[in-house]
Amino acid sequence: MMKFRRRIFLGLAIAFGMSTTASAQMMINGAGATFPYPIYSKWFDAYTKVDPSVRFNYQSIGSGGGQKQILSQTVDFGASDGPMSDENLAKAPGKILHIPTVAGAVVITYNLPGNPALKLDGDTIAGMYLGRIKKWNDPKLTALNPGVKLPDQDIVVVHRSDGSGTTFIFTDYLSKVSSEWKSKAGNNTSVNWPTGIGGKGNEGVSGQVKQTPGAVGYVELIYAKQNKMPYADVKNSAGEFVKASPDSVIAALATAEIPDDFRFSMTNAPGKDAYPIAGATWLLVYQQQKDATKGKKLIEFLKWALTKGETMAKDLDYASLPESVEQRVLKRIDEIKM
Amino acid sequence: MPAITFQDADAIRAVQSRMSPPSRFGDKAFEWLTLAMASAVVVLAILIGWELWVGSSLAIKKFGFHFLTTSTWDPVAEQFGALPFIYGTLVSSAIALIIAVPLGIATAAYLTELAPLWIRQPLVSLIEMLAAIPSVILGLWGVFVMVPWLRDYPFPFLKRYFGWIPLFNGPIYGPCMFAGGIIIAIMILPIITSISREILRSVPNLQREAAYALGATRWEATRIAVLSYAKKGLFGAVILGLGRALGETLAVTMVIGNTPQIVASLFKPGYTLASVLANEFTEATSDIYLQALFEIGLVLFGITILVNLLSQLLLRTIRATSATRAVQ
Repeated sequence: MMKFRRRIFLGLAIAFGMSTTASAQMMINGAGATFPYPIYSKWFDAYTKVDPSVRFNYQSIGSGGGQKQILSQTVDFGASDGPMSDENLAKAPGKILHIPTVAGAVVITYNLPGNPALKLDGDTIAGMYLGRIKKWNDPKLTALNPGVKLPDQDIVVVHRSDGSGTTFIFTDYLSKVSSEWKSKAGNNTSVNWPTGIGGKGNEGVSGQVKQTPGAVGYVELIYAKQNKMPYADVKNSAGEFVKASPDSVIAALATAEIPDDFRFSMTNAPGKDAYPIAGATWLLVYQQQKDATKGKKLIEFLKWALTKGETMAKDLDYASLPESVEQRVLKRIDEIKM
Repeated sequence: MPAITFQDADAIRAVQSRMSPPSRFGDKAFEWLTLAMASAVVVLAILIGWELWVGSSLAIKKFGFHFLTTSTWDPVAEQFGALPFIYGTLVSSAIALIIAVPLGIATAAYLTELAPLWIRQPLVSLIEMLAAIPSVILGLWGVFVMVPWLRDYPFPFLKRYFGWIPLFNGPIYGPCMFAGGIIIAIMILPIITSISREILRSVPNLQREAAYALGATRWEATRIAVLSYAKKGLFGAVILGLGRALGETLAVTMVIGNTPQIVASLFKPGYTLASVLANEFTEATSDIYLQALFEIGLVLFGITILVNLLSQLLLRTIRATSATRAVQ
């Protein structure tokens, strides 16, 4: 009997103990972009060791959802692969700050016999996606790739069928390098594609490219690497052919023109080592925080992410913010009020 | 057990007299409960329709009837027309039915009429297992196995011998309307087969015996006494399959190519209403874009209801004709 009673007591103690830690723990909710999800989840996990009193709940429901939820104040922070439009910002009940966290490259991958290393420039990529360049041995392609034997094969253009930050970055780049693209298709998370077939998600596009001889597609760098797919060096605005890597994306970040509200585009950045098809991703937070303790914890986390968390970026093929940008962002974080 | 004696009967009567008179409360409660459940379903359908209508009111106002008749889907210029999606949904479902209906009903007929007993149960379990495969798995299998195979063997064959029909003309990429239809066919095959099987099994044996008594062959007995008798129910099975086909999303999205266009060739990529919703809903940020997607949902909802109404009508005419035949 004594033993039994003791066991009940122990059980109660454990239950109480657990409930007290649960109530002391603060839950910070976020939702949005899928592209930075791998690094965000790593950050949230690592941060529990830095500050055990905070737990993060992040739903990667897409940038559109992230923007919607921060506007309706159902989350503590939103996340988006594209900056919010003026129209959407005007709907917000308070001032929303854009906090850039990491950046990533979008690469042009292909499926050719032997998969030779290719060099491409903006005009050629736009030509393929506009349906003007139809064959792999087109003079434009052979001129860019002397010494590479390109086959007399149809180019099968593959693009994302779902709305995505990747498409936003890619079409942002094409709109900058081709006026024809800008007028015919333009720039958004999903566009009216002049040609090609649509694959769902990065895995859909990489799958389609891998399965289809003569295909060309665009995916995030990490997907091309994981699937061991070839990707082309792209000519940047300084006239150099650059390979996509975290370093060449950092170079682009360092030379891109970044306004004070951090709603910037870093495609076709002017630096000599800058990879031209890249984009940043943002966390969206209100400048005026409603809940003081939560706001304080959120600020602590943001600072940690930008200074300590950034070091995890490279392993996951993301680019961290260069020092100059980081300082500006940290200053902006200090402007968050409680 | 001893028989009930008079004494016992008296005792029972005594107990009965002390009981309250038989109450109708349980019956009433049961009636109300089932009524509430049934109306909940109706209310749910109405609420879904209402929500879709409200969610797309801006788009309906802006595009009007043109939404259903134009083909441009341009989120950048914010011009939206649903025609290619409607076309893709109907065509891919039609392909699926053309493949799955004969296959499903023939399988059901084999299982109930012809197959040796020991093979029936394993076959049935296998078919039902097909229904349990998650659609995303089917989609992945479609992308990595089915589409490359179709592209390398059956499609070139069709193109070589039937290329003079516009349906089988044009370049072969792999992901296309045809592949979308085939994957839907695979997905609706189990439902058509198992419902058809249940219906054929419920055909009274008297029917078969009568046919055999009149000297019918097995084929004649199956055709006249069983299939013809079960016509109505089989039609219902097909309609249930069609309902699923119209709304099938993920697997189709992965193999159909996702290009909003209306072309004769089945080798060209297409797009369905459900696919565009799955693809673009999460990243749509502007109001009118979201509203247009809501309207796509409304159109899909409308098409499903329309198809169901039409099938009810068709069912009624079948019933009417068979009734007159019976009179004759």
